[in-house]
Amino acid sequence: MSHALREAVAAFRRTPVLTGLSAVMVGLALFVVALFALAAFNLRIALQAVEERVEVVAYLHEGTTAAEIEIASAELSRLPEVLEVNPVTKEEALERARRDLPEFGELFGATEVNPLPASLEVRLRDGTRTEVAIAEIADLADDYPFVEDVAYGREWVDKLFALRRIAGVTTAVLGGAFACVAALIIGTALRIAIFARKDEIYIMRLVGARNGFIRRPFLMEGAIAGLLGGALALAVTWGTYRAVVEFLFRVTWMPSAWAAGLVGAGAAFGILSSWVAVRRHLREV
Amino acid sequence: MIQLTGVSKEYPKRGHALSDVSFSVGKGEFVFLTGHSGSGKSTTLKLIHMAERPTAGEVVVCGHSSARTSERDVWKLRRKVGYVFQEFRLLPGRSALENVAFALEVTGTRASAVAPKAQRLLAQVGLSPKLGALVHELSGGEQQRVAIARALANQPFVLLADEPTGNLDERATRGVMELFWDINAQGMAVVMATHDLELVRAYPQVRVLEIDQGRLVYDSASHQPASA
Repeated sequence: MSHALREAVAAFRRTPVLTGLSAVMVGLALFVVALFALAAFNLRIALQAVEERVEVVAYLHEGTTAAEIEIASAELSRLPEVLEVNPVTKEEALERARRDLPEFGELFGATEVNPLPASLEVRLRDGTRTEVAIAEIADLADDYPFVEDVAYGREWVDKLFALRRIAGVTTAVLGGAFACVAALIIGTALRIAIFARKDEIYIMRLVGARNGFIRRPFLMEGAIAGLLGGALALAVTWGTYRAVVEFLFRVTWMPSAWAAGLVGAGAAFGILSSWVAVRRHLREV
Repeated sequence: MIQLTGVSKEYPKRGHALSDVSFSVGKGEFVFLTGHSGSGKSTTLKLIHMAERPTAGEVVVCGHSSARTSERDVWKLRRKVGYVFQEFRLLPGRSALENVAFALEVTGTRASAVAPKAQRLLAQVGLSPKLGALVHELSGGEQQRVAIARALANQPFVLLADEPTGNLDERATRGVMELFWDINAQGMAVVMATHDLELVRAYPQVRVLEIDQGRLVYDSASHQPASA
């Protein structure tokens, strides 16, 4: 292994421009992937934030007793999808309306009769907010005789989930395409670097070096170029992220596991590309 | 040492390169492989080195059969068979010493032994004063000597030489031939492909195998046409 590392480092020293260019090409290819990952991550956060606001509200008939509200709250709370059930009294509803809708302040202030109904607000757990689960909970709530109406913005929820599906498919397809293009670019860059050293491979085969021994320095070189490229991609993406935050709008940096994955992917692509390229040359002698 | 039995080689586009060739080379023997360009000399050497595999027949070199030696294990044979080319095939941008050291390193010589051994090999081919010279600073004859030193790195039993004097002037040719004689005198078999009949005539004691259009047509060991 020490020979492989020594040879890989020596190769970088002997042809710094070529190996440097390989690393830069790897970096640029992965930068596109990283930028896309950053955009996809922020889109996911935005959709999640909207999703978290999805809740089922059961409006209660006038005169619903506290005992009835307590029973319904307890029953609904026991459902696995339900995070919590908040009873809202008529007074609280009016208070909220006055606070949240100041433009109607005069209307709510002038009336002596509170027109707003009491309600049960059902909040769902993360990961359980599916269209089916929401509709089922709404139906269950609607079955109580003291529930006048159930609202969760069916159309709005349908659109939200449709948008989430589109975003998921688009992310997968575009992300896959970007990854494929990056793999091709990385493969080509490393093939060029290895082609420049085909004489060495030829001589090694000629004098009786083992295939594994021949391959190892090139795999090491591919891994180093991939790691450097991945680190470069990460640095440029970070710079872009800072610039966007500074001059355009607020975005969130990707999780550290994603960043590590990007650098790891660079190394993996580097090793794989080198393996394929060396194998071709090993067949020549 | 080397045994070819009914060996044929056919390329998809070129057709027959060798047809039913059989001969053997014993330990410590010196053999000229002669014939016109394209007659099949290089193909024969490649088959002995197992860079190519026969379409029919069998090649056995130092106990390694072409029928049973996998690509994965061919390195074992390569360490027993040195190879020298007309165009030297040295690594550019490296010194004579580095070229020989490279062959030693990649075949598992202990790191501390690489430099002394490379120096000894270059001394053997008369290049002690040029150890640090880059290959492009050397003459053709000197480059060929570096290539020979590299071929000797693993102390092979056989040295294959494909037109090794083809790019050399008369003086350098003489020097390289003397070197081959010295190597052969130490017990190493030498199989040298050449189309230079003057060179062949200059060494009447050497066994000659003549190939013509892929067929072995003459073997001086039997003083008669080889093919029936």
